[in-house]
Amino acid sequence: MKHVAPAMPALLFLAVFFAWPLVAIGQVSFTSGAFGRGATPLTVLQDPAYLGILAFTFWQAALSTLLTLLAGLPIALAFARYRFAGQRFWRTIAVVPFVMPTVVVAAAFSALLGPRGVVNQLLQSLFGLEQPPIQLLGSLPLVLLAHVFYNVSVVIRVVGGFLSGLSPHLEEVAANLGANRWQVVRSVLLPLALPAIGAAAALTFLFTFSSFGVMLILGGARFATLEVEIYRRATQMLRLDVAASLAIIQMAITLLVGWTSAWLEARAGLPLEMQPADHARRRPSTPAEHALVYGSLTFIILVLLAPMATLVLRSFDWESGPPWRYYLALGQNVRGALFFVPPQVAIGNSLLFAFATMLLTMLLGVPLVYALARLRRGQALEAILLLPLGSSAATLGLGFLMAFDQPPLALRTSVVLLPIAHTLVALPFFVRAALPAFRALDRRLREAARGLGAGPLQVMWHVDLPLLAPSLAAAAIFAFAVSLGEFGASLLIARPEYPTMPIAIYRFLGQPGALNYGQALAMSSLLMLVTASSAALIEWIRLR
Amino acid sequence: MRKHSLLLLSMAFVLSACAVQAPPPRAPAQPRTLTIMTHDSFSASEAVIAEFEKTHNAKVVVLKSGDAGSTLNKAILSKDAPLADVLYGVDNTFLGRALAADILEPYNSPALAAIPDRFKLDPQNRLLPVDYGHVMVNYDKAFLQARGLKPPTSLRALTEPQWKGMLVVENPATSSPGLAFLLATIAAFPEGSAYDWRQFWRDLRANDVYVSPDWSDAYYNQFSGSSGKGPRPLVVSYATSPAAEVFFSEGKLQEPPTGNVEGTAFEQIEFVGILKGTKNRDLAEKWVDFMLSRRFQEDIPLQMFVYPVLPEAALPEVFVKFGQPPAQFFTLPTAEIDQGRERWIEEWERIVVK
Repeated sequence: MKHVAPAMPALLFLAVFFAWPLVAIGQVSFTSGAFGRGATPLTVLQDPAYLGILAFTFWQAALSTLLTLLAGLPIALAFARYRFAGQRFWRTIAVVPFVMPTVVVAAAFSALLGPRGVVNQLLQSLFGLEQPPIQLLGSLPLVLLAHVFYNVSVVIRVVGGFLSGLSPHLEEVAANLGANRWQVVRSVLLPLALPAIGAAAALTFLFTFSSFGVMLILGGARFATLEVEIYRRATQMLRLDVAASLAIIQMAITLLVGWTSAWLEARAGLPLEMQPADHARRRPSTPAEHALVYGSLTFIILVLLAPMATLVLRSFDWESGPPWRYYLALGQNVRGALFFVPPQVAIGNSLLFAFATMLLTMLLGVPLVYALARLRRGQALEAILLLPLGSSAATLGLGFLMAFDQPPLALRTSVVLLPIAHTLVALPFFVRAALPAFRALDRRLREAARGLGAGPLQVMWHVDLPLLAPSLAAAAIFAFAVSLGEFGASLLIARPEYPTMPIAIYRFLGQPGALNYGQALAMSSLLMLVTASSAALIEWIRLR
Repeated sequence: MRKHSLLLLSMAFVLSACAVQAPPPRAPAQPRTLTIMTHDSFSASEAVIAEFEKTHNAKVVVLKSGDAGSTLNKAILSKDAPLADVLYGVDNTFLGRALAADILEPYNSPALAAIPDRFKLDPQNRLLPVDYGHVMVNYDKAFLQARGLKPPTSLRALTEPQWKGMLVVENPATSSPGLAFLLATIAAFPEGSAYDWRQFWRDLRANDVYVSPDWSDAYYNQFSGSSGKGPRPLVVSYATSPAAEVFFSEGKLQEPPTGNVEGTAFEQIEFVGILKGTKNRDLAEKWVDFMLSRRFQEDIPLQMFVYPVLPEAALPEVFVKFGQPPAQFFTLPTAEIDQGRERWIEEWERIVVK
């Protein structure tokens, strides 16, 4: 029980802002005749249509996770073990896709891969083709590509952060015993990094399992995940019984996945020889090492950078007037509109909420992870902590509406709800990203420090923190990014006027015309810039 | 340091002494807050809202609550503890649901006298008309011209082979213009006729219609006539979209780059109502009157790109030139919409996307 005490604030937070709203909406959903016709999880599971959706949701998430791992693991290794030009720049760039609004990413992909996109035009003029050779819009491959685009940074950061803190000592031993590089990776690094890989896989799986925007916009209406179906039933059709039933099924699967991955991680996790980060890097020497590094960079440039660069290029007006005029227009309220948002206000709000979210997440998360790392049978708790990632935002949002209508928690329309909603999504991320490194902390080091007379806080500051820094920074960056990207904002029932950058982007894209489109892309470019600079700043602080 | 704090302290004393001695100034009463729940597309001029706030010593708070459908549903769910005093943005496609849920109070606004009867769809005036617009198919002029095509002239024409793969529609399950367009096709090809709407959509599907989840994706990512330069030259948008293209081109365009396809329009009327349980009934009434007044009505076109219901409200030049309401449009009785909506959407999904 003593071990669980540091986890209490986080658990209390989840009980109030997660469990209670769900109970509130669940009660209305299953008892009110006005919003339901008696569907339950059991009746829903007997409907072949919903079973089909469930099966599709599951296998597309599995496939997306597999592809993301295949793309991300080599890159994580390259960043953790080799030194090359612009390393920090590339790693910073890789986190930017994570925050981009789906409709903007869709615009980037169609500008790049659409029938009139850059790639098709190039191929057509090169080979004299009549028809565009690449037809990806509204197809499953495009959805999978987008899932990799969004989540590859999770693998790069979580696994890379773990690896870069791992002493290369064991690898050197293996190499001295005659293992080649591939054997070292396969039989030493991969098994050691398994907890981190498992964590990244679980996060990616849950993110794609509850995929909403990507599936709606890039999937072209033919594909529906559980989350899409829940949204439609709950907010459009007001069939709360079906929505809540589906949400319960989705949460049950989240628990199952979370528990399995926690169990596997606990089995694979060992106290390891950790070291302050970045000592293990060296220049690539063999052709295979060069191939790894340059292959990683090529992937980042083609898959992550190219779509973003397309957006930046389109945010300038190349035809007439000063090219940056859409950026200038961001600051002008031509129509005297009530909801006009000056860019500095949108940026300020975004940063404020992101900072509040990061702070709240770390305040709740660090003690929580400490407690979890020391628990022997904490798998069930870990699985429960992942739940907010896999629960339907639409349902939870309606739960907020029902639960928070009375003082002292009359928060339904309060701006405080925003960082709270973001933290609900950020906290599981934080726990999952930081836990493997906390588990790997070698108890002997801390005991040695205690033996030498260090107090508990001194141990934390001088022993734990330097060793945990890479993983903590990765986890903090994601907490920040979750908020910048407005994940969990759909939880909000009625948003008071604190517009953020993604909100401004959606607002511009709500009306026709060149000026609106230009301003949406200009604001998107600013969002990328803010995200990249924030990530770079957090990195910089960790290195101090 | 100490010196400063002493100084501050003495100043505070002096100030508080003044405050005690001076007769309390007759400060105007604290402004009352009026909360308006609405959809994400609501917009108005700052100056117009400020005018209302000043006249009535009020502070207007706007709660944007998602698209039109989910805004209404949130209002229904929070019926026992209303989030706002006024609900704006219920349209004729959802009017039945709003009235059946019994969330609104009747208000016979004197301003209704100046508004044509055809917009008044609730005889008890729980929902009062504010503005109207037309969802209709837009075409990309340059695209059609380059291929020597004449724009289609009816819904039925969209199923012809020359338009194969060229039309983008929004999913009626997730989009308000998508639902309005589905209703247009149901009005045009009624159930029970030889060629009904189901057959029409089967033909559209065979003609490779593209389905977007929402208007933004349809218009910017899929439609070739917008700045997004998508691949398809026909899109379900609004009758005022061509005018908006001119307005938002900042003087670059003298003519709209897009045009309206006649015979494809569905009329949407948007309403305002006072939410049951409001503690500011008198102020809410003033707001409703204000929305129907000439001042607010003339502000509507350039903020939301729809038409005011008040006939005497003057239209801005860009509307007069390029944004006239279509001569013909489809409509359906609200009772019929309310009966059929969910079933139609489900059938549509089976026909078009499954």
